[in-house]
This record gives sequence, structure tokens and C-alpha cells, in this order.
Amino acid sequence: MQAIGLSFIDWVIIAIYFGFVLGIGLYLRRYTLSHNDFFLAGRKNSSWVAGLAFLSANLGALELLGMTGNTFKYGMYVAHFYWIGAIPAMLFLGIYMMPFYYSSKINSVPGYLKLRFDERTRVLNGIAFAIMTLLVSGINLYAMALVLHTFLGWNWDLSMWASAITVAVYVSMSGLMSAIFTEIVQFFLIWFGLFLVSILGVMEFGSLGAIIARINEFSSQVSFTTLWSTSSDPMKNGMVVHWGGIVLGLGFVLSFGYWTTDFLVVQRAFSAKDLRAARMTPILASFFKMALPFLVILAGLIAIALSSDPHSGFKLLQDGGQTNYDSALPLLIARYYPAGLVGLGVTALLAGFMAGQAGNVSAFNTVWTYDIYKSVLNKNASDAHLLWMGRVSTIVGVILSLVTAYWAKSFPSIMDYMQAIFSWVNAPLFATMLLGMFFWWITPAGAFWGLISGMLSSFFLYLAVKFHWFSESIITLSSAQSDMAANFWRAWWAWLICAVVTLLISLVSKRRPKEELVGLVKGLTEENYDKHLPFVKRPEFYALISLAVLVLLNIIFW
Amino acid sequence: MSEHGMKPIWYFVGLILLVIGVLILLTGIYQLFNPPETKTVLGETHPDIWWGALMSLFGLGMFLKTRKTST
Repeated sequence: MQAIGLSFIDWVIIAIYFGFVLGIGLYLRRYTLSHNDFFLAGRKNSSWVAGLAFLSANLGALELLGMTGNTFKYGMYVAHFYWIGAIPAMLFLGIYMMPFYYSSKINSVPGYLKLRFDERTRVLNGIAFAIMTLLVSGINLYAMALVLHTFLGWNWDLSMWASAITVAVYVSMSGLMSAIFTEIVQFFLIWFGLFLVSILGVMEFGSLGAIIARINEFSSQVSFTTLWSTSSDPMKNGMVVHWGGIVLGLGFVLSFGYWTTDFLVVQRAFSAKDLRAARMTPILASFFKMALPFLVILAGLIAIALSSDPHSGFKLLQDGGQTNYDSALPLLIARYYPAGLVGLGVTALLAGFMAGQAGNVSAFNTVWTYDIYKSVLNKNASDAHLLWMGRVSTIVGVILSLVTAYWAKSFPSIMDYMQAIFSWVNAPLFATMLLGMFFWWITPAGAFWGLISGMLSSFFLYLAVKFHWFSESIITLSSAQSDMAANFWRAWWAWLICAVVTLLISLVSKRRPKEELVGLVKGLTEENYDKHLPFVKRPEFYALISLAVLVLLNIIFW
Repeated sequence: MSEHGMKPIWYFVGLILLVIGVLILLTGIYQLFNPPETKTVLGETHPDIWWGALMSLFGLGMFLKTRKTST
């Protein structure tokens, strides 16, 4: 089963990485003197630092392996996750939502819910987010150990504990700042460590066109190499999804729900030095996000093209008779990389796992400390006590992640729940945020009950499909569907139910006075951000360029 | 945050890319004269040499540019 063998130099490179991240944590500890330093990295980062961290917090190894594997399974449609499934939401966050988040000087996304609505909505979201973060963190840890065990033959427990302890040590030393530093290091290691796979793959075939031609020759009935041209008939594309599911489920709800409300990524923008830098954070990140398919999707396409040639010697691993799609990227590394480069490739994956872990833990310690501990358990906690609590909750968070990881190990199907967890928390929260930020008459009662309805309905729909209480086609509005298509549609329905309940209850419940909502709601807040700057220096200008590139990419790969 | 001249993140990025890049480059040069038994696809193009060199140069540039700066 083992796919990659490591030489001495590969081990040296991996050891250097571990020593390096621990050294960064130790170095930064002396600059972490207050709770503001620990939870918000002192609010002094440039838009470049915050932007790369914003992107990297989402760029875990689980995503790299999973999306390359998904490309092998579904084809180029997976690029929608990086383009329509990310860019419009990131630009919307930068242009419209960030001013309300940043200017209200909150420490977390649930903190905005308290200012806009009330304490109970904040605590509800805080608890849901904390649970989601720990589950995702544990699954991330479990997946990492599984990958290292499967592809490198490493001891399952040792690799999990070594990584968890390393993350606990460097995040507890300097909080968000060390998480951001390691995320940016990870960003560069991933590009240098994995982009070479795509380069060598293109070199082997001669050109990108040759790869696409090979795949089309192999699969003439179902398209694996287009983005939209086969989306009107689900039977003609590898993802078996209609364009409606892509636009409404992925492009609107899942994407906006994740990129505009998930504190894991938004926290990085809160660390920016001023409002312009905070607004530029997701906009700059959008350019790098658009480039990622040339690393991830291209590698997946190379794997398809190689598999279609029996003489290539390339074949995905099989687990219990089932194809292990996640093996695509490690097998490409083994195919192309000599000693030394293998160490770099494995380090890039390790860095991705650990940075993803650090991102989850740093978001958890903030939400726990501010939105649960200080909000409910100890309202008069001093700054020094909060800093101490941040460090303690980091270690406790890592321990709970380990518990979740062992739980995941005993129930391997837990991986199925990942997408359900996101649509449970993020999809309805986006409806609450969107309505709350843009309509002053949305009430605290409407937000609270809407959020509960959305979360419960998402959970119910997942169970209903899982246990066949009714046909999946009722959700997906199509007789043909894939798991991915069901995820898109379930998110859409959860969002819609939350929005409708919020609107209806808001019509009959008590509204907050307008004067209390200044600075929190569009229309009640003076909006003159960056108006003193020339247009070419405003975030709006860069957002327009990003949008133009997005349109161009979709046309090229239509 | 304390103002005791904290090194920018780009300094650390440059440093690790430089160190790992040099190691890969040197390994590639060694393997040029002592070819490994196990061949990789396109191994004859010596990706470790040119990729290691590119990584080293990129890391060196970042390291030198930020060596004397602090935030």
C-alpha cells in the first residue's frame, strides 16, 4: 500500500520544517504581551500578510488531496470550488461586509451577532462554531494520520500526536500571530512543493491541450474537461450536477456562507492594520485563489490522463475494492519526484495539515474565550486572565481534537459528515448575516429562531437522505445526482428556510431602534470608505480586476 | 504588540525556502554524478537541480530584502 519511500535527505527536510515552526512560535512569544496580540495578532498586519493567511487558512492538505482526488472523480467541474464557488463571495466580503465587521471592533463573527441582535444569538452561533471547529480539527488530524500511514507507512498514533503537540506548542505561545506566520510559510511551501507536479505532468504530455485531448478521447460521453458547456444536462458532466445547483448551492449559499461568515478565515482579515487593509484582504486573496486550479485541478487532470493510458504504469490505490481517489497526488509525487523533492512534497502536505490544524485551534480559542467564556461564564475577566484562558483553551482544543480524531478513526464514515457540518452551521448563518447587515428591521427574535430553523432543517435533510426517509431527487430537483450535487442543494434549502423564518418572525416581533444599529447595518451607516483615495488605489478597483479575470477564466474553460 | 523590532514574515519565508532549496539543489548535483537506482519519470531533466536553484534564488531574494527590516 505504501506509495512513497523517503530517503535520508527527505527526512532532513521534514525535520527542518518541524524545527522551523517551533522556532517561529518561540520567537513570536516575546511579542505576544496582551490578549489583543494573542487573539488578533495586534491588528497590525498588511493586506498581503492578512490576505495570504486568509487564503491559506482554507488551504489544508485535506483540501489539496481531496480536490485533486475529486478532480479525478468529477473532472474539471471541481474548479467551480475555486472560481464561482469562492471569488464572488470573497469580493462581496471585501467590498460590502468587511466595513461592518472591522469598524465595529469585534473579536469574532459571533461578536457581530451580539452587537446586531442579542447575546443568545451570539452564544448559539459561538457554541455551534466551537463544536464545528473541533470536529473539523479532529477530522483534519485523523485524515493527516491516515494519509501519512497509508502513503508513507508512518505510525498512526505517532504522526498524529507529534503534529498535534507541535501545533499546541506554537499556537499556545503566540496565538493568531504564529498561526498566521505558519500559514504563510505553508502557502509558499505548497506552491514550491506541489506545483512542480503540474509542470512535470504537462512536460510529460507535451502541453495542456494534449492532456485535455487524451481525457476527451478516453471519455467521449461525459465531459471531464469543461466548466459550463455540459451543465444543462447533469448526465453529460462528471459531477452529475445541473448549473442551477452550482449557481445556487455552491456559488451562492455554500460559498458566501463559508467565505463571508466562517470565523476561521474572516479572523485573518480582523488582524489587518486598518479598514482598507481589511477590505483588501479577501480581494488580494481572490487572485491567489483563482490560481490554485493550476496546481490542484491540473494535477487531477494529469492523473486522469495517465490512468487512461495502460502503458503509463499509473493506477490509483484500491482500498477494500474501492478506488482511493486521495491517492492521486501522492502517486504523482512518487512518479515525478526524486529524493529531496519528495521531502519537499511531503513537507508541503504536512505544512498544509498543520496550518489547517493551527487555523482551527486559533479560531476555537478566540470564540471560546470571548463568545462563550467571557460572555457567559466570567463576564468580568481581566485582560491578563483572557490571555491565560486563550493559551489554556488552545491546549484543551488540541486535546479535544485528538479525542475527535480517535472517534473518527473508530467510525471511518465520519468523513461523510464534513460537508454536512458546514451546511449545518455556515449556510443558515449566511442568511442571518446577509439579512441582518442589509435590512435594519430584522429583529433579534427573527435572527435567533431563523438560525435555529436553518441549522435543524439542514441536519434533518442530511438524515432524511442518509436514511432514505424520502428520495434525494426531492432535494436536488433532478433524477440524476451525485453526493456533491446533494450537498449543494441541501445548503440552498437550509439557507432559504433560515431566510424565510427570519423574515416572517421579524415582521411580528420587536425591532431594535435604528439609532442602536448605526455602524452595523447598511443604510444606517455613513459609507465613505477609501473615498479620499484615487480609484486605482481603492479596493473596488482591484475587485473589478479580479471579477474580470474570473469571467475570462470561465470563458476560456467554458 | 511589543515594538522590539520583530522580523517580518517574509524574512522567515525567505529563510526556509533558501535552506530547503539549497538542500534540494545539492542533492540534485550529487545525484547527477551518482545516479540513483530508482528512476523517476522525466528524471533525466533533473528537476531537483533547476527547481532547487529556483527555490534557492527566490528564498535568497526574500531573505536579503528583509534581512535588515523589522516591523
